[in-house]
Amino acid sequence: MSGLQFDQIRLPPECETLRADVRAFLAAEIAAGTFDPHRPGHGDSHNHAFSRRVGAKGWIGMTWPKKYGGQERSFLERYVVTEEFRVANAPVRLHFVADRQSGPVLLKYAPEHIKQDILPRICRGELCFVIGMSEPGSGSDLFAAKAKATKVDGGWRLDGSKIWTSNAHIADYMLGLFRTSPPTKENRRHGLTQFLIDMKTPGITVNPIIQMTGQHDFNEVVFDGAVIPEDHALGEIDGAWKQATSELAYERSGPERFLETFYVMLELIRAIGPEPDTRSAEGLGRLVAQLHTLRRMSVSVAGMLHAGKEPVAEGSIVKDLGTIWEQKLPHRVRELAAFLPPETGNRTTLDEQLSFAITVAPKLTIQGGTTEILRGIIARELGLR
Amino acid sequence: MAGDSDHIVAETAARIFADLADPQTVNRSKDSAWKEPLWRALEEAGLPLAWVREEVGGSGGSLPDGFAVLGAAGRYAASIPLAETLLAGWLLDRAGVACPAGAMSIAPTRPQERIRLQPDGRLSGHAVVPFAPEVRHIAVLAEGKVALVARSACRMNEARNLAGDASSLIDFTGVEPLHVAAADIDPERWLLMGAAVRAMQTAGALQTVLSMSVAYANERVAFERKIGKFQAVQQNLARLAGEAAAALAAAGSAADTLTHANTSHDAVFLEAASAKIRCAEAAAEGSAIAHQVFGAIGFTQEHVLHRFTLRMLGWRDDFGNESWWAAELGRRVAKAGADEFWPLVASR
Repeated sequence: MSGLQFDQIRLPPECETLRADVRAFLAAEIAAGTFDPHRPGHGDSHNHAFSRRVGAKGWIGMTWPKKYGGQERSFLERYVVTEEFRVANAPVRLHFVADRQSGPVLLKYAPEHIKQDILPRICRGELCFVIGMSEPGSGSDLFAAKAKATKVDGGWRLDGSKIWTSNAHIADYMLGLFRTSPPTKENRRHGLTQFLIDMKTPGITVNPIIQMTGQHDFNEVVFDGAVIPEDHALGEIDGAWKQATSELAYERSGPERFLETFYVMLELIRAIGPEPDTRSAEGLGRLVAQLHTLRRMSVSVAGMLHAGKEPVAEGSIVKDLGTIWEQKLPHRVRELAAFLPPETGNRTTLDEQLSFAITVAPKLTIQGGTTEILRGIIARELGLR
Repeated sequence: MAGDSDHIVAETAARIFADLADPQTVNRSKDSAWKEPLWRALEEAGLPLAWVREEVGGSGGSLPDGFAVLGAAGRYAASIPLAETLLAGWLLDRAGVACPAGAMSIAPTRPQERIRLQPDGRLSGHAVVPFAPEVRHIAVLAEGKVALVARSACRMNEARNLAGDASSLIDFTGVEPLHVAAADIDPERWLLMGAAVRAMQTAGALQTVLSMSVAYANERVAFERKIGKFQAVQQNLARLAGEAAAALAAAGSAADTLTHANTSHDAVFLEAASAKIRCAEAAAEGSAIAHQVFGAIGFTQEHVLHRFTLRMLGWRDDFGNESWWAAELGRRVAKAGADEFWPLVASR
């Protein structure tokens, strides 16, 4: 390995103009009661009308070509939109997966008529996507997937099940990984193909799985002879493993990988007040330094991706450090708040937020690639495997 | 943004260190004879006075040039007053004081140290001065003035830091400076500059510690396998890479901010303080992991690992340790209030 690299990225002026627009938009939405930034986890995290208003601003699929409804804006501009929405706890669940992952895959691998049909609707905030990768018998080990796609007259027949599928119950489409051939001796990753699946296709059942937070996010999706059109296979048949890796750096290194529990930090600042004691000040200062460093790493990776580089190790490191940090954050805030007087003004809000964040925390180092998988990737990039 | 000149400067520095400060050779040498040719080569390349204009005796390099030299120096963790001479040059340059030849050191290096200029033109106060026995001059920041002092004029209590480098207590009381000039530098700005410098050295050292550890894990066999094939070792090395990455990003970002003239003081404070805090944390975490990878051999005098780990751990104490900066940073953030916090973090 030639060494780690973090280019120094200064966000260009257009990012700051955009940031001001985004903040004004979010402030107006908050004022109108669309969501409460202080109460994450309350109310619906998906909101159709809100997603359409975001789409109308041109902030979904904003880096994509104009002919598919995009704005051809830079990845750094998208970065600014993503971080501002996340910090405000805005309800982005409906459109975020499509914006971050599904759209770029379609852009790269879908036939032209599908791109023209679906991408503009994603950009308008009309479509929700779900990722179908894990199965009851295969989670982190994607290549053990058993759900199969069989070639039939005029299409593909899907059988099997996908699990931990966030949003499946509200999604319009799934991008799913299905077995089209057995793995070969030489390559156990061979034989999987990625498909675009209309969730309204007959033969698909969505069973809810309630999370320990009480929220409904996960589902089990059962495919029982669902037939999808032939041209809904994306990219190379049996060769999905070649397609999966290139987009991952974006998925791993975004601001959503360290800002998930950020609200407790803001509430801590309110709780300790303008003249904190040394313990609170030092504790807060360390968190500030750690957060600032994570953000600079993440911005740097976004800038390097924008410049056409492939910071695989750096992107995985951002997610590893970022998710561990956001997982520990509510616990650290709880410790720092331990000696605050009970009559502290925002004590109730802080306690509510901590309860929620501490309950959510365990999933942060599991979703989208576990800590162990990420460290395996980092080790490989270091030249250890 | 990284320019061409700092790349060339970094390459020059790296070449000189590779030729004349090979850690293995340095570690084996019984005396300090290696230091003289190294320093001469660095001087010939104009690196120690990179932060001094040519008019006042320097080589007229840019701030990015100097930080690039510090990153390269950190990768070799050579026990020479290069960072100190760079900082001394920066101080003297800002005050328009002509730079003397040779290595220099600086004061103050601790937030609690206050050196004063008395009405009779003599100094008072004391400070921990790195490499004091190895320099002829010390650049001193004393209440808005920069003073150039002959080290021989000062009382010196010799002491050493964790890595065994001289880190002497100097008493400036009664010392008459060779030159004094006013400079627009407040003590906080000085500490921020020093903090960014130590952060950059630490980031450099961590890159070497990471590559050494990976190389060793790919070489050392235990239980009939290279230890780098064990998942437990891989996970540890991935964590070490994370710490090295955080240090590199934080230090690089702070240096870039200090270099950029239009940045607000709040942003400079956030960047340099964060870099010092995060690099110190990375030094502690990273050293522990590296020593774990190397096992007993890395704990010996004859192995070079300690040259990097102990130096990084020692640097934590210069120009404000991480606890001090964290308390300062926390107070600033708390005072500004919750609504100002995210705008500050997202300011660039």
